[in-house]
Amino acid sequence: MSLLDVEHLRVEFPTRHGVLVAVDDVSFSIDEGEVLGVVGESGAGKSITGLAIIGLLERPGRIARGTIRFEAQKINGLPKEAMRRIRGAKIGAIFQDPLTSLNPLYTIGRQLVETITTHNDLTLSQARGRAIDLLNEVGISAADRRIDSYPHEFSGGMRQRVVVALALCANPRLIIADEPTTALDVSIQAQIIALLKRLCRDHRTAIILITHDMGVIAEMADRVAVMYAGRFTEIGPLRDVIKSPKHPYTVGLMNSIPIISHEIEELPHINGSMPRLHEIPPGCAFNPRCSRAVERCRVERPDFMPTGNPGQMASCWVFDKEIGNDGNGR
Amino acid sequence: MIGGWLRRVIDHDIFYSFTRSPVTVLAALMTLVILISSILAPCLTPHDPFNPASLNIMDAFTPPVWVEGGMWKFPLGTDDQGRDILATIMYGNRISLIVGFLSVIFSIVIGVTLGMVSGYIGGWLDAVIMRLADAQLTIPSILIALMVDGIARVSLPRELQNEIAVYVLIFSIGIAAWPQYARVTRSGTMVEKNKEYIAAARVINVHPVMIMLRHIIPNVMGPNLVLATIGVALAIIIEATLSFLGVGVPPTTPSLGTLIRIGNDFLFSGEWWITIFPVVALIVLVLSVNLIGDWLRDTFNPKLR
Amino acid sequence: MIFYAISRVLQSFAVMLVTAFVCFILFNYVGDPINNMVGQETTIQDREALRERLGLNDPTAVQFLRFLRNAAQGDFGISYRLQRPVKDVIPERLPATMELVFASAVLALALGIPFGIYTGLNRDTWLSRAILTGSLAGVSLPTFVIGILLIYLFSVTLGLLPSFGRGETVQVIGWWTSGLLTVSGWKSIILPSITLCLFQLTLILRIVRAEMLEVLMTDYIKFARARGLTDRAINFGHALKNTLVPVITVTGLQVGSLIAFSIITETVFQWPGMGFLFIQAVHFADIPIMVAYLVMVALFFVIINLIVDLLYFVVDPRLRMDRVETAGQG
Repeated sequence: MSLLDVEHLRVEFPTRHGVLVAVDDVSFSIDEGEVLGVVGESGAGKSITGLAIIGLLERPGRIARGTIRFEAQKINGLPKEAMRRIRGAKIGAIFQDPLTSLNPLYTIGRQLVETITTHNDLTLSQARGRAIDLLNEVGISAADRRIDSYPHEFSGGMRQRVVVALALCANPRLIIADEPTTALDVSIQAQIIALLKRLCRDHRTAIILITHDMGVIAEMADRVAVMYAGRFTEIGPLRDVIKSPKHPYTVGLMNSIPIISHEIEELPHINGSMPRLHEIPPGCAFNPRCSRAVERCRVERPDFMPTGNPGQMASCWVFDKEIGNDGNGR
Repeated sequence: MIGGWLRRVIDHDIFYSFTRSPVTVLAALMTLVILISSILAPCLTPHDPFNPASLNIMDAFTPPVWVEGGMWKFPLGTDDQGRDILATIMYGNRISLIVGFLSVIFSIVIGVTLGMVSGYIGGWLDAVIMRLADAQLTIPSILIALMVDGIARVSLPRELQNEIAVYVLIFSIGIAAWPQYARVTRSGTMVEKNKEYIAAARVINVHPVMIMLRHIIPNVMGPNLVLATIGVALAIIIEATLSFLGVGVPPTTPSLGTLIRIGNDFLFSGEWWITIFPVVALIVLVLSVNLIGDWLRDTFNPKLR
Repeated sequence: MIFYAISRVLQSFAVMLVTAFVCFILFNYVGDPINNMVGQETTIQDREALRERLGLNDPTAVQFLRFLRNAAQGDFGISYRLQRPVKDVIPERLPATMELVFASAVLALALGIPFGIYTGLNRDTWLSRAILTGSLAGVSLPTFVIGILLIYLFSVTLGLLPSFGRGETVQVIGWWTSGLLTVSGWKSIILPSITLCLFQLTLILRIVRAEMLEVLMTDYIKFARARGLTDRAINFGHALKNTLVPVITVTGLQVGSLIAFSIITETVFQWPGMGFLFIQAVHFADIPIMVAYLVMVALFFVIINLIVDLLYFVVDPRLRMDRVETAGQG
């Protein structure tokens, strides 16, 4: 049984230009303890997917269709209070900027204790003890003194560790990490990634790792999903997606990552750019930029199809069994 | 060509939000009515209410037309000198609008100039101007206007006072408001100054004044205009207040504030209309301007979209 | 922290000095004091003699020092209009203004802040909309109009409350006469204080509301929701504190400006305070009173500014620079 099951999720934003579809018919599942990377350009809809799962879509956004099941229970459309109890305790989230994620007017101890006591029935001193344990676990030294410091007294990397500690207060089974390392220095990034990996292993916490940085995905993820214009274009085990990408967009992405040992004259790139939400072409969203597009691609939108590799799916007509062509001539 | 321009206006976001907000449309209509009626006042009124020769003391204290004793000739009644209240209101609107707009224009001219110079040149000049602006901003504008007006009163000979009182008023209200425009212009200038097209202009030796006029001004006027919409309403209120207190326009060219002050004496003796109608006129005027300003601000604020 | 306080106090002194100088220059050199003091018939010789006696031929610096020394003792000369020392007139009028300002400040804060919080938290209720529409009235209506309307309603039409004067007053300490200890005093202060507070109330309401709305959109509130904190904890624990802190300065200054607006209210209600005195002084070009009023108002402002600045320091931990910023290892 999967921990999280997302089926045909569709998130819409009604605007005066019409209804914008930010997430269009996305389906996937995650098992306990698994790290799923969701990679894509800015504006592809990755963050919105994460927000939809945890129920924090900002208005006027709303889930128009689809089901989100957590531990076999449907959680989209739950009443506010029920959803609140799931947040933090079952599903947690961490966001990009650790400085703005922490309330500057309260000590981190106060923020930790508050979160702990919201979900657990502990006395204040018990909660404080647990907070210190958490701080130790995320690698903050002298935790019993630092617990009474304010957020602005920490450096960026330390702050993000505090954020991770806060997210882990009630031991959630799933954490949605939205660009957790983007705002950090490269050297700190590696440390935070290592931290997340260790905690995920120790607590058997599943992570949805949302980022545009392939490098981070390569370090952490078990599986990868590639998102484009609100849709998943490919999903599969990490090695397979990176080493043998199937969807033309993924191919383009992997090709455009320069390899430091190879000499190249010109940086390869994919012509054109991802369409804005109100300009998504009919059929496959990638078709105007795709070198392998056929007439069908411009008309009919492809669903996920098996590609021959176990567990690796791509939404591309090239892999359609009817055509009988999976791109490798088989 | 006009068709194309019209279509662009109607398609624009601003027009959309304008027509979607019935309150704003109403406010705009009211303002238009007030504007037109005050410009055309001399044509619309039977006589100039402030020309003593045209008055008949026998008409004094006529109540509004729907009260017993009223007449259609004076739809809103007359005051203690026989002046038609509707006519006085229309003339009063004129003064209120003139002072309101001119003082804001004055503030903008001073504020934008000082703000631009401050932001562009920087250094100690910037520090001095901003200190001055900050110091002035801590004092409510009404007090500043009062002070300036008081100084003028003290320093100018009495005979001149009545004639130039309106200009003194425009000056005092204008002086009271320049800091906000200066501030906003300064930040806009500092942002623009660092952009590449300004560096390019400097490279080809365009004179700084030309740079400021041709490039910087158009780009910083946006927030200034938003401030101006609030500013006009505020200027009208300050002028009305000063006139009510007796230190505003001279009694020969009364504004709505003066009318209210005059009528206040008769509030208790039963001739309520002499004060209440100018009060209503003032409220309507300020409310309309405020509503349009609110809508403009909401439209230009990207965060609230 | 101590350094900050001392430097602020010194700053205040500097501001007072500058204000005093400006007042001095404007009113001793604008127009002719002698002409304002004596009648038409006084001969030139007598005017000269008076000028000499009052030390008006002394160098500016000497005159200014004399001015400062006198001002520090509360001696601003003799009122042209009332022919009495300013020093005697002020204490008669000061308590009236102070009580009025105090009553209005209490009203503005006690109503403005809660209304602002409520309309910030509950954007769509009819009560919110009603309050906001009402607040538009508060901003659009000039103070004197409000006063007149209130008088018309409660004094002329309903005959419930007095429309002028302070009612009966009681000598409390020294020269302080209070109107708050008599029934008629209370009845008299109701209308003027409502009139005076309305503008500031609306401003405070709008500022608190705007700040609340901004705070509710911050990342730390989003993260707090993601941690499953209750609405109550979020709204009143986090949002409230973060809203009120930046608002302190502005509300403090608003309260300070009450003293300027009291000029209008006192005129409408013929309230025997400093403001009414000032307006009469302006009418009659009574310079000593004008100078005294301006200096006192400047003092009031400077003190309020000082208090507000120090308060800000106490409340926002980010400003306490004596706590060493621990730059931990990331």
